[in-house]
Amino acid sequence: MSTQELVIPAPRQIETEPRRSDKIFRGVVTGGGLSSLLILGLIALFLGYRGFEVLRQEGIGFITHSDWSISTDDAGNVVESQFGLAAMLVGTILCSLIAVVIALPVSVFSALFLNFYAPGWLKKLLVTIIDMMAAFPSILFGIWGFLVLMPSVEYWAKLLHKYFGFVPFFDMQVPVFTRSPFVAGVVLAIMIIPIITSVSREIFSQAPLDRIQAAYALGATRWAMIKAVVIPHGRGGVIGGAMLGLGRAMGETVAVFTVLNIVFQVNWQMLLGAGGNVASLIILKFGDASPYEIKALMAAGLILFLLTLVVNALANLIVKTTGKSGR
Amino acid sequence: MTTATPTPSKPWQASNKDRAIDGAIFLAALASTYLLVNFTGLNGKLAYFLTFFIAYAIITTAFKGIQRGNAAAKDALVNSLVAIGAIVTVIPVASILLTVLQKGLPGISFGLFTHDMSLATPTDPLSNGGLLHAITGTLTLMVLALVMSVPIGILTALYLTEIKGRFTGPIRFLVQAMSGVPSIVAGLFILSAILYPITKAYSGLMGALSLTILMIPTIARTSEEVLNLIPNDLREAGTALGGTQWRTVAMIVVPAARSGLVTAIILGVARIAGETAPILLLTGGGDKVNPNAFNGPIGSLPYYIWKSFNAGSPEAITRAWAGLLVLVGLVLFLFTSARFLGARKVSK
Repeated sequence: MSTQELVIPAPRQIETEPRRSDKIFRGVVTGGGLSSLLILGLIALFLGYRGFEVLRQEGIGFITHSDWSISTDDAGNVVESQFGLAAMLVGTILCSLIAVVIALPVSVFSALFLNFYAPGWLKKLLVTIIDMMAAFPSILFGIWGFLVLMPSVEYWAKLLHKYFGFVPFFDMQVPVFTRSPFVAGVVLAIMIIPIITSVSREIFSQAPLDRIQAAYALGATRWAMIKAVVIPHGRGGVIGGAMLGLGRAMGETVAVFTVLNIVFQVNWQMLLGAGGNVASLIILKFGDASPYEIKALMAAGLILFLLTLVVNALANLIVKTTGKSGR
Repeated sequence: MTTATPTPSKPWQASNKDRAIDGAIFLAALASTYLLVNFTGLNGKLAYFLTFFIAYAIITTAFKGIQRGNAAAKDALVNSLVAIGAIVTVIPVASILLTVLQKGLPGISFGLFTHDMSLATPTDPLSNGGLLHAITGTLTLMVLALVMSVPIGILTALYLTEIKGRFTGPIRFLVQAMSGVPSIVAGLFILSAILYPITKAYSGLMGALSLTILMIPTIARTSEEVLNLIPNDLREAGTALGGTQWRTVAMIVVPAARSGLVTAIILGVARIAGETAPILLLTGGGDKVNPNAFNGPIGSLPYYIWKSFNAGSPEAITRAWAGLLVLVGLVLFLFTSARFLGARKVSK
């Protein structure tokens, strides 16, 4: 009787090495994911590269002066040039601040209405309308603002000037109300209301339900509940939403260009028909700009890009941190 | 023996007296609005609206304050304020839609969709020319932008939800930041990076490239939300059956999220359909139907509207409104279909 040798199979190797298909998949997806980094980097790089010459020539004056002039000889060579963005930057900030000041209370109130007051069907309808408003193209707001809204806004501006003229912001020497930063601010406000409303609504709806019910159980009125529970919870998120709106308002081009009179002079009087806007400047000057002026416009674009990037980054940071805490 | 059945009372319901008071307040607000608007310098439809709401707010607040004290007065004031907030939000939408319909409809005719502007100028009578070139141009731009942005957008979303690698945090942050890039900056970027150094000519491709930059964040963010809704059980089941990650994602996760992904793509298209600033910088805006997106200037709806609006004559303005009506119709169609698809639950 022959003894058969017992064959013990070698233990199977368990490996964590992913298959080749997975390696390719992960590589492709990671590449796609990194594209946003690539695009943002390239934008800064190329605008900086094109605008470098002008930025070096003008130095810090590019953002502190407010002249924008270029003269060329017959051969097209630049004789003299002076590029300064101060008036445009002031105008951009003024218009977007007006927009946020108008839009913020309206949006917060309508977000509160949507979350705590409106019956279900009305809420659904209003949310659809607000989302739809966010999808409207900016040229629509621009033309509507110019042809329909501006007469009304001019009238409000006259009232403000008449009754609140002693406040420096509402003061003006020459009574020109047409195409003022105030008009642009109102148009921008209408454009950013959907953004601030939806961010605020999102944050308010995360308010802790147990505390809401506790407040009601203690006999609070609806407003007392909102003041005690919802507002402390959502304050940061609302500020973040307002900053998102601010960033959007700063970068808006066509809507502002149609309703704003662009003047190269720093002007803080919001009712006066003379304002500035970096994005509109680019549209205004692009058509007949010489190659050197195009470089200046690229530099202006770079400044606008960095400005909106910072505002947006801060806004997202604020929204993110409040979304997590306080629950 | 009779049992008394208690009738249920509903103390929270408004009694007749409450209703009468509400009605009285309403009438009082109406009357004071009428008086205010007629005997002061205020005028206009909007003045009626706003004075009415403010008067209503003041009267209810005062009344509740007298009837039930301070806390009730504040509550009543906020009640009115939130309603005003919601109404002020809706008024512009209503006004915009009404104006576009009212001013755009006279400019709409059959010829508008069969002619281009190669033989007409914006100031010509409305019977000349049309916006065929603009519609075909916009569709061309959309298709090109879609082809480029959909893969990148969805890959980004897949990275954020499936791979969850080292860069998840930074990439999510950058995508958010990218959604705030002003459209004009996207246009300038393509101008400086591709149009000036390489092609040196306006074309549809250039416009589509800038639109791609604007579209990627919308698609990526919406797709990420959709993919996050797919239950993890599905992924685990795929792995348990021996599937590699690639097969799990391609054959289980993505098909399950299909309708949501389509919604994301449609929202992206709606975002760029009316984008004007980069179009003005990059496409050159031809007046003729140009089927070749890679060569020569190409028209588009926003460019057509812009050009007509700036021409300024009554005919041109009507053209602009008609163009806006078509554009708004397109955007609303996209928006509604996205809603319709998004309303269906993610299939499990």
